[in-house]
Amino acid sequence: MLGLSKKDASLLITVAVLVALAPIFLNPFPENSALSQFNAGYPDLMQRFVIFGIFAIGFNILFGLTGYLSFGHAAFLGAGSYAGVWMLKLLTINVIPAILISTVVAGLFAILIGYISLRRSGIYFSILTLAFAQMSFALAASVLTPITGGETGLQTALNDPRILDGANEGGNIPAPNFFGLEMGDSLQVSFAGWLWTFNAGYYVSGIIMLISFYVAIRIFRSPFGIMLRAIKSNQQRLNYTGLNTRPYMLACFVISGMYAGLAGGLMVAMDPLAGAERMQWTASGEVVLMTILGGVGTLIGPVLGAGLIKYFENIFSKINSNLLHKWFSFLPDGLEDFVVTIIYPFIGKGWHLTLGLMFMGVIIFLPGGLVELGQRISRSLSKNKNDAAEHKPAE
Amino acid sequence: MGILDIKDVGKRFGGLQALSDVNLNVEENTCHAIIGPNGAGKSTLLNCLIGKLIPDSGSVMFDGQSVLGRTPYEINQLGISRVFQTPEIFGDLTVFENMMIPIFAKRDGAFALDAISDFMSHKDVVEQAENELEEMNMADKRHMHAASLSRGDKRRLEIGMCLSQQPRLLLLDEPTAGMARADTNNTIDLLKEIKEERDITIAIIEHDMHVVFSLADRITVLAQGTPLVEDVPEKIKGHPKVKEAYLGESA
Repeated sequence: MLGLSKKDASLLITVAVLVALAPIFLNPFPENSALSQFNAGYPDLMQRFVIFGIFAIGFNILFGLTGYLSFGHAAFLGAGSYAGVWMLKLLTINVIPAILISTVVAGLFAILIGYISLRRSGIYFSILTLAFAQMSFALAASVLTPITGGETGLQTALNDPRILDGANEGGNIPAPNFFGLEMGDSLQVSFAGWLWTFNAGYYVSGIIMLISFYVAIRIFRSPFGIMLRAIKSNQQRLNYTGLNTRPYMLACFVISGMYAGLAGGLMVAMDPLAGAERMQWTASGEVVLMTILGGVGTLIGPVLGAGLIKYFENIFSKINSNLLHKWFSFLPDGLEDFVVTIIYPFIGKGWHLTLGLMFMGVIIFLPGGLVELGQRISRSLSKNKNDAAEHKPAE
Repeated sequence: MGILDIKDVGKRFGGLQALSDVNLNVEENTCHAIIGPNGAGKSTLLNCLIGKLIPDSGSVMFDGQSVLGRTPYEINQLGISRVFQTPEIFGDLTVFENMMIPIFAKRDGAFALDAISDFMSHKDVVEQAENELEEMNMADKRHMHAASLSRGDKRRLEIGMCLSQQPRLLLLDEPTAGMARADTNNTIDLLKEIKEERDITIAIIEHDMHVVFSLADRITVLAQGTPLVEDVPEKIKGHPKVKEAYLGESA
């Protein structure tokens, strides 16, 4: 199907089904239940799942295939975001030109940074990309204020030209839309206590994520992809095999940067606001965590990692001490306080601590990330099955 | 004039004259071995042949073109394939993928941005890779990770990868260094087979004399940076100068 092998096609279909049904299964708890706290099926978060999924898929094309660890990928996310907002301001509030231009701008930016950074490999490459991203961040926050809006950020305004849209009559700042379908539009369905929100912006992002995922599969299986894996494995041999690795690396870096730009463009298409903090090194670090947590070099890993981190960021950080007291109110008073005191540093603002511990656990016990966890589980399940099958004839 | 023509090459590292007045000619479709004791300048000479070092004087011509100052991939495209001292293969990839890469490189050149087609859909490349693995007697190992092959099989794969590009010169750098006896003999047999079956020029740089005696058509003995003698193996064996170089004055 679509030029994919059976295995890849079924993976793509699985992901497509999951994306389509996410609003339902991400809300497993009824609206008024005590656990509705853990529901993740609201538009804002679901949009972030798929957008950061795109970011991580693109990062993985660079890091997973070639082993080059870029520590400055947020620069492309930010560049894409700014380009996207400018498109929304100047051309039209329709999201399509914004998304396209953010991808292109990030690609051009990646050519510049990649051309210089790729003169080095290993840790020096990481440092160079980090330096570029921090420079971009500093520029965006100060010198380039006329273009980037400085520390307040760049957003759409009532008096933007929007030359394709004609006169603005409503008196409100128009919301980004896809040929009239506003990104904020949602269809809410209530069913026996459950509340499901089907959001237009989420589905636009989701479809673009599926396309990105499909393209990533094709890249992984292409001659280009195999050369990238060869670069990771033994660059010297590849050079002596008659291949010039430099343009391969640059092409890969640019593709990866374009994915980041696309994610940035989608972010502003959902919420037309771009700030310099999007380029900061913590944002670059986050995508590294996502990829490693999910599984470096695997197809689905980065998407899972992005989902997990965004889930923690949004759900864990919302748990506060009142809620903890409520949960543990069945314990005797002294014990309740004690348990809450122990758990408290790991939730709310302390969710980074939980993330850090999880990251350490994955690095030490599951170097292949969540994908390896899945493989181990399915292997032990099938082993049990085989054992059972082997035992039967003996009976 | 031979296919590889080394003329008056000299190289100096600080106070050490590593090579001086090296003149050497490798004739087409022969196997030429360059041997010498430790510190004779073999590695320096090799590095001059592959563009890693630029000699202070002299020239290195391959088929009428200078190889000096060229990048590794340009050297390869001239028709020189290099086999390393420790087998250099793509350990994370399968044996079959290893074999496909040089064939893609030969077909598509130094850079080809084909990021969309499935690599297994290139039937010509797949077919050639299958044939080469068959030739190397490695068809049954095609799905193995290259890193998990035995040392001898890694060498076999590396040589197969080089041959798949139909190079005009196969350059081997101590191909049996650090190998067990059985693997060494296998590698020598493989090289003999290649020499008989294919029109190929082979240049071997080797420390161990016994490896090359049964293989080489001509042998150059290098000592202290200069060629001592060059002759057919039978004459090299008993040559007093060679004995002297390897064993010292007293012999």
